[in-house]
Amino acid sequence: MFNRSTKKEKEKDKEKDGLVATHSPLAYPHRLNFYEEAPGHNITLEQFEMWAIDRLRVLAEIEAARVRNVPDGIKNIVNAQCEKYLMLHPNSDAASVELDTERRKDHVSHFVLRLAFCRSEELRQKFVKAETDLFKVRFLGEGTKDRAAFLASKSFGPSGQPISDDDKRLLKNQLMAATSSIKTDTDFESETFYRVHWTKVTDLVASRRVFIRGGYAYVPSASQSSIVLQAFQSRLTAALEMTARALPSLDEDDRLLPIINHFSQGFLAGIAGEHHGGGENSYGETVTKDMIDDMAKKHFPMCMRNIHNALRRDRQMKHQGRLQYTLFLKVLGLPIEEAILFWRESYANDQKTQDKFNKEYKYNIRHSYGLEGKRANYPARDCRSIITGNPPGANESHGCPFRHFSTSNLQSALSALYGVPSLSQDMSDILNAVEAKQYHVACTRVFELTHDNQGMAEGESVSHPNRYAARSRELEREKLARIQDKTKALTLTESDGAPSEDVSMLAGV
Amino acid sequence: MPSVEPQMTLAYYRRLFPWKSLYHWLNHQIPPTRLWTHREFAFTLQGDAYLRWNSFKDADDLKREVCRLNPSRFEVGAIYSGRPRDKKTIRPNLFVPNLRELVFDIDMDEYNEVRTCCSGKQVCKRCWGFIASAVDVLDQVLREQFGYTHILWVYSGRRGIHCWVSDQAALALSNESRWALVEYLELVRGGAQSEKRVHTRYKNGLGAMHPMLSEALSTLQGGFSDLVLEDQDCFRSTEGWNKLLRLLPQDDDIIATLREKWEEQDSIGEPSSSIDKWEDMRREIKKISKDSTRKKFLSIAVEEIVLQYTYPRIDSNVSKTRNHLLKSPFCLHPSTGNVCVPVDPARIHEFDPTNVPNIEQLLRELDQLIKEDGTEHHSDWERTSLAPYVRLMDQHVAGLMKEVRTANRAAALKGTDF
Ligand code: SF4
Ligand SMILES: [Zn+2]
Repeated sequence: MFNRSTKKEKEKDKEKDGLVATHSPLAYPHRLNFYEEAPGHNITLEQFEMWAIDRLRVLAEIEAARVRNVPDGIKNIVNAQCEKYLMLHPNSDAASVELDTERRKDHVSHFVLRLAFCRSEELRQKFVKAETDLFKVRFLGEGTKDRAAFLASKSFGPSGQPISDDDKRLLKNQLMAATSSIKTDTDFESETFYRVHWTKVTDLVASRRVFIRGGYAYVPSASQSSIVLQAFQSRLTAALEMTARALPSLDEDDRLLPIINHFSQGFLAGIAGEHHGGGENSYGETVTKDMIDDMAKKHFPMCMRNIHNALRRDRQMKHQGRLQYTLFLKVLGLPIEEAILFWRESYANDQKTQDKFNKEYKYNIRHSYGLEGKRANYPARDCRSIITGNPPGANESHGCPFRHFSTSNLQSALSALYGVPSLSQDMSDILNAVEAKQYHVACTRVFELTHDNQGMAEGESVSHPNRYAARSRELEREKLARIQDKTKALTLTESDGAPSEDVSMLAGV
Repeated sequence: MPSVEPQMTLAYYRRLFPWKSLYHWLNHQIPPTRLWTHREFAFTLQGDAYLRWNSFKDADDLKREVCRLNPSRFEVGAIYSGRPRDKKTIRPNLFVPNLRELVFDIDMDEYNEVRTCCSGKQVCKRCWGFIASAVDVLDQVLREQFGYTHILWVYSGRRGIHCWVSDQAALALSNESRWALVEYLELVRGGAQSEKRVHTRYKNGLGAMHPMLSEALSTLQGGFSDLVLEDQDCFRSTEGWNKLLRLLPQDDDIIATLREKWEEQDSIGEPSSSIDKWEDMRREIKKISKDSTRKKFLSIAVEEIVLQYTYPRIDSNVSKTRNHLLKSPFCLHPSTGNVCVPVDPARIHEFDPTNVPNIEQLLRELDQLIKEDGTEHHSDWERTSLAPYVRLMDQHVAGLMKEVRTANRAAALKGTDF
């Protein structure tokens, strides 16, 4: 792909790519692209880098939005980002815009990032998710005619076999029960169902939105976009795995490798936020084990409060909870020596537990700090992974209370831990957000309620427990500074002024 | 602690373990294929060291190594793109799991909050009913909805059951498809902290239940009254009926009515049975006018209670990825000494986990045989109480091998190489 093929080969490639379309003057007749063929153009190293960075900006924003769980979906964000960095105009704009240029940039940048993101399972997954989201927004926003033309070019007619009228009548009850979008008999009559293998529509299967029999899913044409999106996703996943296998030949190219590595690291770091290392947080402060009880009360989001309280109550903690909490405390600024002391003291003091601690838990803690095993610098888990991760089983305390508690338990925990009155408007706001599966929003509301109605920075919602804690400490610091200023002013006028109650309360910080 | 001595496991591996059956089951054919040679085995040695990344030429090769190491148990893993034993010399990119049976694990642990007869590590024929109900549903879903036919159920040796699906299509499932299938199945969510753990309706509204769930419900309904109401009597105790009330719509008056009645029974020391309480509840619901929303929500809640108590609770992590290891059938459970025997799903309710072939008993049977014959044989299982279980396995394997043979023949006719 990079300046290596001869001119003739390139011409041939172009034909093969179907980029030279006879019925259209455009090399790229469609705005949408399944990225199945590598671009056959010469590009300069600068283009290589610039274009990739632009695309990376879009993808990083998508990933961030996903983590933040933006209420009205990512559509607006994607559109705004694309307008800045990766604009693709529809065919109707052909007169005024160089369509091929922007489509080529889209095509090339996708392939450059593939190289960067094929190198580990984690990166591949993130890349595929972000790219699929991007494609989805573009696909759903595409005009009917252009979309149909694109689908036809990919031979994406309705996939699978439409079922016969007899079958449809026979299965009516099941089909209607399985497909929540069909509400009335008229809806049903006008709908066509296609029989496709269930593995082709895993998202419909996973959310139990389709009827399945004998290995086949009965997909209404209204859900067709999900077939297309899934095809996009699974083809891209497969292609990335192949690229990964082919990649070592690229290792020889020492011009590209550093750039590529830089991309992927940047993306990962961007996602994980600036919170990485252990021992001290982004303010350069250290936390000691004795500060934790107090900090938990003042600054921890509910997930960590819950773990902390369970640990104090049970004097033990299951693996998942330990992991979630250890990493959180690490990023909070608790150094490894303190962490080990903290955990040892938290556990029951009998011989058996302490033996187990020395043999097993200590290793795990050191592992979390990157001092054992792979010695990786593990980031603390963000809300998304806590919320979507394994739900806590019996006797486990990890997870996100907004997601994993029953309503009544959540309610009493909110009252007990954060003082939210149980019959208040605030409580019902929070519970409504939970009901709508907007767990971050619920969490953000709790933050605001307990911080004089000040929220997270820049109107964000909570996306990471460490951000929650950091913001809470930041607000406290500001408050402390304000109070100090005030007391300074006061002491200047009333020289005998004892520090106000507020200040003594905050003095320990 | 281990009640199973190393010399017992060794004798078992040498003389009783049905190696051929295991080999055919995993390999699907007589000559070794990649399904066998590229398959990972992991050993847990006596003393708990854990050896991963073993792979073997054929059944004898595995048997030899098992007899040499004498592990307390061993696990079967995925089929990789290279031989697991060569893992160190293969570039990591090129060493990936390709195929794997679709597996499920159902453990009694998950039912601790609903069973009343046993606790902790114990299990009896009565609480086995929860596992049996789960098997009913899962087996049916896998066969009818996903179209799988080669499904093997294996008792885990103590408190649970494993399920292995060996259809070609199941072996080839991607992690993503496995994940989707598990999501499709999973219903009882949330930890012990949660009370209401089952929601069946889209946006918790009044819409219809997905057909998979309504079919499961009708499978479970009969068992629910036998198991939860009659046998386990889950709602007799104050704690039990309080839990029941918490699963009803929380603003409904019916709760107060029932609570009053049941509190009074408790106060005079005569708590009524779960069957009576269930009847009380049904009677109250019947009084409500037919088409009211209130009644609909209550009926949904009742359905969801049945599901919360009896719907399969699978350990989803086991099923979601290709590279998860699972204990091999016919291993011994290291503390009970029970053999992990295959179980016929059609007779799952008759199965008694306290009465399965056990190593001590099997060795006694063997001694008896030696006394009679004067010599030792290998594969002596045929003349012990292990025999019916090995036969069950062999029957299962025969179906699998037949299908593969037919497929191979068809492929050969078409001239494609297999
Ligand atoms: S939303 Fe995030 S920070 Fe808040 S409780 Fe849940 S996981 Fe913790
Ligand atoms: Zn029991």
